[in-house]
Amino acid sequence: MKCEEMLAMLNDYVDGTIDPSVCEEFEQHMAGCNPCQVVVDNIRQTITLYKNDQPYELPVRFKEQLHEALRAKWQEKFSTK
Amino acid sequence: MAPETADDELVVRAKAGELFAFESLANRYEKRVYSLALRMLRHEQDAEDVTQQTFLSALEHLDGFRGEAGFATWLLRIATHAALKVIRKRDGLDTVSLEAATESTESDESIPHPEYIADWSQSPGELVARNETRSLIEEALAQLDEKHRIVFLLRDVEGLSVTETATALGLSEANVKVRLLRARLQLRERLTTTLGDPASRIKQAHHHG
Ligand SMILES: [Zn+2]
Repeated sequence: MKCEEMLAMLNDYVDGTIDPSVCEEFEQHMAGCNPCQVVVDNIRQTITLYKNDQPYELPVRFKEQLHEALRAKWQEKFSTK
Repeated sequence: MAPETADDELVVRAKAGELFAFESLANRYEKRVYSLALRMLRHEQDAEDVTQQTFLSALEHLDGFRGEAGFATWLLRIATHAALKVIRKRDGLDTVSLEAATESTESDESIPHPEYIADWSQSPGELVARNETRSLIEEALAQLDEKHRIVFLLRDVEGLSVTETATALGLSEANVKVRLLRARLQLRERLTTTLGDPASRIKQAHHHG
C-alpha cells in the first residue's frame, strides 16, 4: 500500500468503518511509515479539538430577546388549548 | 431545578405546559445551537435569527417530538435545516439543492497532499483551554469553503452519521465522504502549521512512498 492510497482510506480508518482485511494492511503501512502515522494522529487530534471546543456565548441582549419571544409564544400556545 | 434533570423529563414537563421546563431546555442548548449557526453562517445576525427560529419551532412542534433521537439531536436538526435555508437563500438557490450547485466540480479536484507533518507539541485537552487556540481553530474553520465546513460541522462536531449528513444536505454519501476528507485534511494542515512541534517536522520529500 502506498501513502496516496492511505490518504484515500483515511476517513474509513479514523471512523472505524474500514474493511478488516484492508485495516490490517493500513496498520502495517503505518508501522513502517512515520509520516502516515503522524498524519493519522494529527487528524484524530484535530477532530477532538473541534468537538471539545467551548461554543460561542449568546450576546446578552439576544439571550433576553430570545427568552421573551419564547414566553410570548408559550402564552399563545397554551392559552388557545 | 437541578442541572442534572434529564432532557426527557424536562420535555415531558414542557409538554404538560410547564414553561420553566422549556426555558431550562433552552438555557441548556442555546449556546450549542447558536454556536452551530454562527459557525455555519459566519454572520451574527443570521445566527441569532436561526437560533430564535429553532427554539420557536421546537416549542411549536414539541407535541410531535417522540424522543426517538434525543432532544439535543432533534433540536440541532431543526437548527441545521434553518441554517441551510439561510445559506440557500443567500446563494439565490432557494429552489435548487446544494448538490446541484456544487457537486459537478467535486470529482475534478484531487485530494490535497499533507505538507506540514509534525507531532503536536500539546494534547488537544491542553490546547482547548487556551484562548489563542480557540481563535486559531475558529479561524481555520472559517477559512474552509462553505461546502467543506458544513459537512465537517455536521459530521465531526455534531456527530451526525454519513447517511444523516447526506440526507440533511441533499448530497450523495460518496460526496459527503470526499468533502469530509478534504475538510479534515485542510484543518489538519492549518492547525499543524501552528501547533506542530518544528523539531519533529517530517520533510515532505520523505513522504512519497
Ligand atoms: Zn505512508
